[in-house]
Amino acid sequence: MKLKSFPKGGIHPPHRKNRVYSSDDLNASLPKIAVIPLSQHIGAPAKCVVNVGDIVKEDDLLGEATGFVSSNIHASVPGEVIEIKDQFLPSGRVSKAVVIETKGEFSRLGKDLDKYTWEDLSNAELIQIVKDAGIVGMGGATFPTHVKLTLPDNVKLKHLIINAAECEPYLTSDHVLMLECSNEITEGLKILKKILDPEYIQVGMEINKEDAGDKLTESFKLANLDASVVFLKNKYPQGAEKNLVRAIIGKEIPSGKLPISVGVINLNISTVYAIYEAVVLHRPLVERFITIGGGAVKNPGVYRVRIGTSARALIEECGGFNEEPVKVIFGGPMMGFTVFDLDVPVTKGTSGIIALTAKEVKSANTTNCLKCGRCIDGCPMGLVPSRLYKLIDHHQLDEAIKSGLNDCVECGSCAYNCPAHLFLVQKFRAGKSIERRSKGAK
Amino acid sequence: MDKLKVSSSPQFHNGDSTFSVMWSVSLALLPSTIWGFIVFGLSSLWIVVVSILSALCGEYILNKIYKKNTLNDGSAFLTGLLIGMNMPPMMNGFAWLYVPIGASFFAIFIVKWAFGGLGNNWMNPALGGRVFVFFSWTKHMTLWKVPMTDAVTGATPLGAVKSGLLGYSGSASGPLDLLNEVSKDSVSYLDLFLGKIGGSIGEVSALLLLIGAIFLIIKKIIRWEIYVPYLVVFAVFIWIFDGNRFGSGYFSGDVLFHILSGGLILGVFFMATDMVTSPLTSKGMIIYGTGCGFLTFLFRIYGANPEGVSLAIIVMNIIVPLINRYTKPRLFGYVSDGGSNE
Repeated sequence: MKLKSFPKGGIHPPHRKNRVYSSDDLNASLPKIAVIPLSQHIGAPAKCVVNVGDIVKEDDLLGEATGFVSSNIHASVPGEVIEIKDQFLPSGRVSKAVVIETKGEFSRLGKDLDKYTWEDLSNAELIQIVKDAGIVGMGGATFPTHVKLTLPDNVKLKHLIINAAECEPYLTSDHVLMLECSNEITEGLKILKKILDPEYIQVGMEINKEDAGDKLTESFKLANLDASVVFLKNKYPQGAEKNLVRAIIGKEIPSGKLPISVGVINLNISTVYAIYEAVVLHRPLVERFITIGGGAVKNPGVYRVRIGTSARALIEECGGFNEEPVKVIFGGPMMGFTVFDLDVPVTKGTSGIIALTAKEVKSANTTNCLKCGRCIDGCPMGLVPSRLYKLIDHHQLDEAIKSGLNDCVECGSCAYNCPAHLFLVQKFRAGKSIERRSKGAK
Repeated sequence: MDKLKVSSSPQFHNGDSTFSVMWSVSLALLPSTIWGFIVFGLSSLWIVVVSILSALCGEYILNKIYKKNTLNDGSAFLTGLLIGMNMPPMMNGFAWLYVPIGASFFAIFIVKWAFGGLGNNWMNPALGGRVFVFFSWTKHMTLWKVPMTDAVTGATPLGAVKSGLLGYSGSASGPLDLLNEVSKDSVSYLDLFLGKIGGSIGEVSALLLLIGAIFLIIKKIIRWEIYVPYLVVFAVFIWIFDGNRFGSGYFSGDVLFHILSGGLILGVFFMATDMVTSPLTSKGMIIYGTGCGFLTFLFRIYGANPEGVSLAIIVMNIIVPLINRYTKPRLFGYVSDGGSNE
């Protein structure tokens, strides 16, 4: 089998994908106290619609979307709203958050849910369901999904590409999701096929998930769905949107454009599953699959976790730490965020919680750039990261923009390779935000 | 537990560092240097020690001035070691003191720090230092020792070939033949390979240098894009043209002799591949390696000096910024038809 891949750049970090889980015991314990931020997505934060003292049921609306690019927030547990507070998000930003003390009865937990038929609904109705359920891109970018599904007029979609690459080290939650819920994903794809009417549906994944791919293919066949699984080389960042599209359809998304410019819409596999739950089970996005891993965690594993559960509770569930962690990361180690305390809650975009030991982090002192060119070898976008770094350092932002600063996808391949341990991605982020701000001022 | 580290992504690393790169290269050079001490005796040891100490001393002084701490990144040690390896094994009078010190100080102060320290120099510091003292104290820099003895000889095999060819009208078919004819010490390929020849302290044993090079190749520190074109281009040109000097016509050059003698192996694997002074992209590295190979051939065969490696690499170092400018990678997403499928 010839594996597809993006042609230039990329790195091969150690996989460390420890796929430990048990089908019977997939659900994490419910949080005693759930902290549910009102801003878990790109776009305007949701408007709080509950007050302290309110009793909420499971799946009740807590926050209402405020505009087109925004998203609803729902209660992941039933109970009493005890506080509305400021909470640090994994990204370091602060958001208002609804704190719920779990009590009362679960309306859905442990029960067989009714399945609703959706074949007779119109596209607008289906998109409305997705919007009401508060579904956002679950690969980490958390872009509201209903916006993506609303195609501009007269645009015919050619490829619906499902991102199941999961190219970050440690992360295995998409893999487990595909193994456990292949039929549900297939049903989700059928719904998407009705909404978007694409010519092709392709699920891209790294070859290290071959068993999951085969299972999906089987499921497609059973359900008579015209979709295919595309196996990709194990190479980071295979799951970055632009690289995934390049690998699967062989076309580059032009700089500064959206995938739709080459006839593509790209959704994460977990998002497809969430769409299934919303449409078939009438269930909003209140839980997701999460990898808990890293060398510092005693029993790493994959769990289905309610939004709002704290990292502390999840790590305790995994037996606690067996070694002092240096970094606790929300997401994968290449693009995830470090947190400074363990009370940060799981949000819709959290694909994993990884606690790394000093031995895994491998930090070293920063030195001058050695001009070794390894950053260029790593960059999938054809940039010269060492030069960009220097330009931003010297306040030559215009020149940096001209050299492609805004094409940087912040995958971190350059910094991973850098023997001088320069904070390349950090510098690029800083450069981009300075540029955005100065543009705003003009 | 309360002290979690917060940082911008990526949160982990492949583990290489400036420290590990520099010390790996130093380690790779060690066998060959020790071989130099064995065949050339104590005088060579002192020269290497003086080179290293003066390089470290220079770095320390500049650290104090610029309030930095770069002494432990290993780059100054490596520069000193390379300078020592490029020195002849003995010098008359006090030259064994001031020549290495001159070379190391020139390398550290002028070549490296005048341009901003590690990573900002545009010429390999060790080579810069060596070439500086070569032209300043040519007399001391061209005094060679016969291996395993205390005898002083006038020339390395390459030097003997060069001088032997001046006004030569005999019928030697190649460099080895010529050496046997004009000098009393005959040399075989095996001598060249093992390092039983005259030469700089660290350059004589091709075998041990190759072992070091293999270590660096495994550690992915040196790149084939530089050393393969360098060796191939050099070998091809030698093969085509060197036979002419002995009157045996084109396509009859003695490639093996030229690869094993002089500082070629040391230069190809340890100096041309210096990260700081070689191009950034694979394409650029191939151009650079090709240029190094061609210039080494040119300087060695047609130049006034028997060697050529140092000068060739320095000349190519100088045009590296130009190579970088014209070998930038293509930016993703700037093709109108979206590129082709794999």
